[in-house]
Amino acid sequence: MKKEIYITDYNCVTPLGFDVASNWNHLVEGKSGVALHKVIENQEAFYASIIDTEKLEKEFKSNFANPDFTRLEKMFLLSLKPLVEKHEITEETAFILSTTKGNISLLKNQTALPGGAYLSNLAQKIADYFGFKTKPIVVSNACVSGVMAIAVAKNMIQAGKYKDAFVIAGDEVSEFVISGFNSFQAIGTEPCKPYDKNRNGINIGEAAAATYITAAPSENEKFRFKISGDSAINDANHISGPSRTGDGLYASIKNAMTEANVTSEQIDFISAHGTATIYNDEMEAIAFNRMKLQNIPLNSMKGYYGHCLGASGLLESIISMESARHGILIPSKNFEETGVSQPLNIIKENQSAAIQYILKTASGFGGCNAAIVLEKC
Amino acid sequence: MRLLFWKNVKMKVMKKTDSCIMEHSKITVNGDPVFESQSETFHDFAKDAYKSLELNYPKFHKMDNLSKLAFLAAEMILKDEDHSRTAVVLANRSSSLDTDFKYQESINSQENYFPSPAVFVYTLPNICVGEISIKHKMQTENAFFVLDEFDEKFLTDYAEQILLSGKAEKVLCGWTELFQENYKAFVYLLTL
Amino acid sequence: MENLKTELKHKIIEVLNLEDVSVEEIKDTDPLFGGGLGLDSIDALELIVLLDKDYGIKLADPKKGKEIFQSIDTMAAFIEANRTK
Repeated sequence: MKKEIYITDYNCVTPLGFDVASNWNHLVEGKSGVALHKVIENQEAFYASIIDTEKLEKEFKSNFANPDFTRLEKMFLLSLKPLVEKHEITEETAFILSTTKGNISLLKNQTALPGGAYLSNLAQKIADYFGFKTKPIVVSNACVSGVMAIAVAKNMIQAGKYKDAFVIAGDEVSEFVISGFNSFQAIGTEPCKPYDKNRNGINIGEAAAATYITAAPSENEKFRFKISGDSAINDANHISGPSRTGDGLYASIKNAMTEANVTSEQIDFISAHGTATIYNDEMEAIAFNRMKLQNIPLNSMKGYYGHCLGASGLLESIISMESARHGILIPSKNFEETGVSQPLNIIKENQSAAIQYILKTASGFGGCNAAIVLEKC
Repeated sequence: MRLLFWKNVKMKVMKKTDSCIMEHSKITVNGDPVFESQSETFHDFAKDAYKSLELNYPKFHKMDNLSKLAFLAAEMILKDEDHSRTAVVLANRSSSLDTDFKYQESINSQENYFPSPAVFVYTLPNICVGEISIKHKMQTENAFFVLDEFDEKFLTDYAEQILLSGKAEKVLCGWTELFQENYKAFVYLLTL
Repeated sequence: MENLKTELKHKIIEVLNLEDVSVEEIKDTDPLFGGGLGLDSIDALELIVLLDKDYGIKLADPKKGKEIFQSIDTMAAFIEANRTK
C-alpha cells in the first residue's frame, strides 16, 4: 500500500502580493498583475506581469539581513521563509527547485560564465541559507517544471528516499526570455486572452512559490491536499509546437487520473495551462475533450499572472488549492468568446463550488506535458 | 504464541542493460570503443559520428551541441528498436548554458539585435529529451534534472520508482553534460 | 535577380543548417515548405529574421511569411521590392 503524500503548506511572491492571502484577495476582486511595462531599452512597452522591485527590496530588507542575493534569489527566499519557520528540516528532507532560466540575467555582457548562472549553484545558495542537509534537486523541464516538481517530491517520498520535501519554483522576467519569445512571435499585444477567439499570444510573468510536502501531516495543519496521481508524457512530435492531437497531454491526464482512481465526472476543477497562443490552447481543448473533461469548470490563470514559466505550475497549483479551500472558482480572466475548435467549460465569473478533486496540467517547449490530481482532504 | 512477520523485502535489483560513454571525441558502447574522431571540436566530432553512423536524420544538423550529444548517446543504445515503453531521465550540471551563452551574444548589442528562434528554442535543457523522444517516437515519461555533479544514486532511484509504478518498462537514464568544449555523456538503459 | 536567388540559396542552407543540401538541388520554383527540404515552423521564423538582418525588411505581419516564402522566386521578388540594405 503506497504512502499518501500531502501538500500541507504553501506561499507565493507575485505582483499581486507577497503572501497567499493578499494574492487570493486580489484574485477574487478580479485584479491582475499584468500591466504595460517598458522592460527593454529602445523597445516599445508591452504587457507583462512584473513584481514591483522597490516593494520587493523593502520586503526583503525587513526579513533578511544579508543583501547579497540576486533579485530572483530574493523572491525565492521570501516565498520559502514562512514555510521553513513552520516545518522542521531534517536529513530526510528533500529540497526541490523548479526553474527554467534561473539567474539568466547575469549573462548580460559577460565574456565568461558567471557562477551564479549555474542552476545548482542557485539552488545550493538558497538551500544553504535555510540549512537544508540534502543535495538540492533542480527540475528544469521548461514550463511544466512547476507541476513536475510536485510530482518528483511525491514520488521520491513514496519511494522512501525522503520523509518530506520543500518544493520551490521561480522565474524572473528578463530580456533574454522576452527577446526569445518575441523571435517566436509568441508575445501578445494586449492582456492575454486564453482560449479566446481574439487571443494573439502570451504575457510574460514572474513569480516565486513554495510548498511543503509530507507523508506525515501533523494535526495542526490548516489543510491537506493529497497528491493522488501524476504523469509527464512527451508528445514526441516537435520541439516547439505541441502535438495537434494533444497526445502527450491526453496521456499525462489519463495516467494521472488512473493513478488517482478518479473518473472525469469526479474532477471538480481544472487549472489548465492556457498560454493564449493559437496552438497551445487549441491543443489543450483537444486533449481535454479526448478525456471527456469538456464540461468540467476550467480556467487558465495566465490572465492574472502572465506566464511565469518555471514558477507557473507551482503557483497555479497553489491558487487552485486556495480556490478549493474557499469554495470559490475564479474566472479565466479576459476570456470572452471561444476560439478553440472543441468545447470547454470556461469559468466566466466567480462562482461557489465544492471542490474536492483538482486536475492541474501544464505543457511546454520540448514537447513536454504534465498533469497532477490533487484531492482536498 | 510466536507471531511470524513476513517482511515484504524488495528483492528487485535493477539491471543496466546497455551503456554508452561519449567524451574526448570517442564513443564507447558497453565498454567497447565504437567510434573515434580526430576532430578537436565537439561540433566536428559530432558531425563525424553522425556521418559514420549513417543516421540519415537531417534535423540533427539543426540541434545545438547538448542535443547532439544526448541524441548520439541515445542513438547508440536505442537503435531501431521499439521504445514506446521506455522513459527518458537525463541530468547535467550546466543545463543549457552552452546555448544560452551563444543566444545572449545575439542580443548583447542594440545595433546588431537579431535574436534567433532556432537558437532560442535550445535554451532549455529538456529539449534534448524532446529530440530523442521525437526520433524514437517515445510518448513516455520524461524528466530533466540539473545537479551539482553526476549523482547515479539519485537518477537510479528516480528511474526505479518509474519502473516499479508501471509507468514504463525501461528507462533511458544518464548524464549529458556539455559546456563549450568540455563534455561528457554517460547514458544507460535500466530495466527491472 | 539571379545573383540574389543564388545568394538566397546559400543563405538558406547556412542559416537553416541544411548540411546535406547543395545550392544546385534547390530549384527556383520548388516549394520551400512542404517540399523536400523538410522546413518547419521554426525555419519560417528564422527566415523572417533573415529578411530583417540581411535585407533590412521588417515584416509588419508575420503571417505574410507563408506567401513570401513559397519559393526562391517569390522570396527574391519580395526582397527586391522591399529591401533597404
